[in-house]
Amino acid sequence: MEQQRDASSLGMWLFLATEIMFFGGMFCAYLIYRLWYFPEFAAASNSLDITLGTVNTAVLICSSLTVVLAVRAAQIGKRQAQVIYLALTLVLGLAFLGIKAVEWTSKFKEHHIPGPTFHFEGDVPGHPGRPVDQQHAQIFFSLYFAMTGMHALHMIIGVGIFSYLLYYACKGRYTPEYHTPLENSGLYWHFVDIVWIYLFPLLYLIDRKK
Amino acid sequence: MSEHVVALKTNVAVWLVLLVLTGVTTSIAFVDLGSLNTVVALVIATCKALMVVLIFMHVKYASDKLVKVVVLSAVFFLLLLLGLSLADYSTRLL
Repeated sequence: MEQQRDASSLGMWLFLATEIMFFGGMFCAYLIYRLWYFPEFAAASNSLDITLGTVNTAVLICSSLTVVLAVRAAQIGKRQAQVIYLALTLVLGLAFLGIKAVEWTSKFKEHHIPGPTFHFEGDVPGHPGRPVDQQHAQIFFSLYFAMTGMHALHMIIGVGIFSYLLYYACKGRYTPEYHTPLENSGLYWHFVDIVWIYLFPLLYLIDRKK
Repeated sequence: MSEHVVALKTNVAVWLVLLVLTGVTTSIAFVDLGSLNTVVALVIATCKALMVVLIFMHVKYASDKLVKVVVLSAVFFLLLLLGLSLADYSTRLL
């Protein structure tokens, strides 16, 4: 049993290693363009809603705690607590996606979606009267939507996985002897949380000082 | 050897520190530190990520050394990707 548990956790970590490289490619593209077009990145970053961004970070951190507590409840055989924490995780995950949808809607209304109707009003920070380069600002928003979009897709998949876990937790499938699906799904959820932990400062917190 | 159960107190403490660090990173972004702003934001993010990996993802307590090797090598290859790419792009004379 011990060996089986180690093997499944090792397999999950190997999968997460490929996920790290998947997001790593986007982070690399982001860093290079940020280096080249810093003024536009700063101006565009300032147009993001920092309050919603911070709240969403907190929501995701809370959901990580409920996942940890759900796994712990399974380890020590507390079935009711396990179900409650899984349900809370689902609620928090959906709250994150809801807040993200609100943010994307306002970006859509402001014409900040890259494409023919893209338009970004604003001056280069520190140089009033010097408008930002539209193409460079568009690159920031392309990366913003690609990165937060892929992150949100991972969240949607996570919500699906945790709905499945909740269903079987209600049926009492996960016990102190067997809760591998819970443990490995937890690893996935925490990984998605870590991606956001880096996305938040990199996308929302560029050059905020006024 | 049985599975390690992390104390409730530890989990709640990690959660509180993560929330506090989120508040700190947001408020410190409004303070002018020059180019240090980015460094501070990334250092805080890395501290948060480390806590999640070590405690929440149980890597600190993993009985299997192979898991630790996989985690470290994943980070190593990520840094290789970012480091070598930036060493090129940041030193180009356009």
